[in-house]
Amino acid sequence: MAVVAAGGLPRPSLRKRLAARGIDGTTLLVLPGVILTLVLFIYPCIYGVVDSLSPAKGPWYANYKIFFTDPFQYKTIAATLWLSIPVTIINVVVAIPIAFRVRLMRRQRLLTTILVLPITLGTVLVADGLLNFLGPRGWFNKTLMLFDLIEHPIRLTNNYWGVFASLVITGFPFAFLLTLSYVSGIDPAIEQAAATLGAKARQRFFKVFLPLLVPGLAITFCLAFVQAFSVFPSAVLLGAPSGPTRVIAIAAYQAAFEQYNHSLGAAIAIIMGLAQLLVVVVILGLRSLFYRGPAGGTKG
Amino acid sequence: MIRDTGIGSKLWRFAIWAVVVLFVLNLIGVIAAVVVDSLATRWLGTWLPAGWTTRWYFQAWREFQLTPVLIVTFEIVFTVVVISGLVGVTSAYALARRDFPGKRLIILIFLLPLLVPPLTYGIPMATLLYQAGVGGRFWGVVLANLVPAIPFVILVMIPFIEQIDPRIEQAARVFGASTTSVFIRILMPLLLPGMLAALLLVLVRTLAMFELTFLTAGPTSQTLVVSLYYAVFASGVRAAQSIDAMAVVYMITTLVWLVLALQFVNPTQIVARAKQQAPQ
Repeated sequence: MAVVAAGGLPRPSLRKRLAARGIDGTTLLVLPGVILTLVLFIYPCIYGVVDSLSPAKGPWYANYKIFFTDPFQYKTIAATLWLSIPVTIINVVVAIPIAFRVRLMRRQRLLTTILVLPITLGTVLVADGLLNFLGPRGWFNKTLMLFDLIEHPIRLTNNYWGVFASLVITGFPFAFLLTLSYVSGIDPAIEQAAATLGAKARQRFFKVFLPLLVPGLAITFCLAFVQAFSVFPSAVLLGAPSGPTRVIAIAAYQAAFEQYNHSLGAAIAIIMGLAQLLVVVVILGLRSLFYRGPAGGTKG
Repeated sequence: MIRDTGIGSKLWRFAIWAVVVLFVLNLIGVIAAVVVDSLATRWLGTWLPAGWTTRWYFQAWREFQLTPVLIVTFEIVFTVVVISGLVGVTSAYALARRDFPGKRLIILIFLLPLLVPPLTYGIPMATLLYQAGVGGRFWGVVLANLVPAIPFVILVMIPFIEQIDPRIEQAARVFGASTTSVFIRILMPLLLPGMLAALLLVLVRTLAMFELTFLTAGPTSQTLVVSLYYAVFASGVRAAQSIDAMAVVYMITTLVWLVLALQFVNPTQIVARAKQQAPQ
């Protein structure tokens, strides 16, 4: 006997009940993408955690102990932060006023196209170009000498400043384009209203725009920081990869693919991920202290 | 638009444009330095090289075996584009059209590979691919590159599919169109501009994807950007001009597709993706 519901109507079939919750043939189309991402991304991440906790010898935490007791290893965290935090702050802070100015431009396209070049070409090409450009006989030093700003060429490659420059060249356009997209999302009527009520440019920025922009800026900062923190090719090519720019990515790569200790490599990669996560959590925590709400001027 | 006319704000405006111009000049300088050096006979300490030549291109082509490298590069990139297109568009369609329990979780799963930098997850992933026996081979590189490519296609395509009125599909069904013909004759033509944009962007990103390819490629599965890295890494072995000639080849292969992609998308979208949807 079929189960009959109290109302006397037969219970709908499983297929109909699922469809009512939004699961039918069309929904199943999501599966190939989900399965591939689970197998190729989520599973390796879990595997990395397990792998890092099962070292070749010693207790389960041996890899982490190796990392945090060897100054050659744990100093990479400070070296990476020392590069990525100043670069990110400069990139984001400089991007804000420029984005505000460019927002008023009618023909932004040329500028944004030029700025998207270093992002698309990638760090390897930028590193190759900077080796020429910033080198002792490059155009940068020659220009500074032409204007008598310096007497002798200054050394800008194979040290901290080379990596710094490469992170600015690729990171600034990234921060700028993201900020521009957030700034353009703010209704210009809000600024006009503030101006009508007599607010000066400085007041309009700090009292009207900045609070509206904080969520976007927090996300921009996080994304820009995470990219700078995982710098790898330019730290090798333009920096001093055994000295001051031995960033954590180099340590992870060397452990996994030069010493063939994939367990230690995974551990360092996880430490790298956790350090990034920590900074992101701090930034997003700070952000929650600020205003949240719509950036549109009219009713929803 | 509101203009302040005080002297302070004029100075401020000037300072901002000065920073922009300086940055763009340096950026152009970096790129031009590569191009000029690749065409130089000798370039030591002068503003411009002593003479011009194209022979470095022939030399680079031979020394770095660019024919096989380019063939492998495009095989890998087009395989990634086709697979991520097929998988990404179908998943995006489901996510755009249906609301189901767990949808937010699935979107989060797709967001993660785009937010986490490749080197962070690349090392355990490369270890696994080597253990599975595909590391260092063609398919290892393709699988690694699919990780950011599929979510990218999905996130670009979702708003594109959402803006197509579902009643168009329903109308076609009412007139008796089968699923296949709805897909081929209704959806495909409407989705084509969005798909072209998404796939061209995936193409450019895969061409320029250094980290994942670097971690998973073997001698016969290197893409152009990884070969370029090794060439710059071992600079001193070959003439600098030869390396720069290879860099120009890489630049041209990437920029051709970027220019094509920019016919369909705004440069801002390459970074900001589809987050900034204008309210309807």
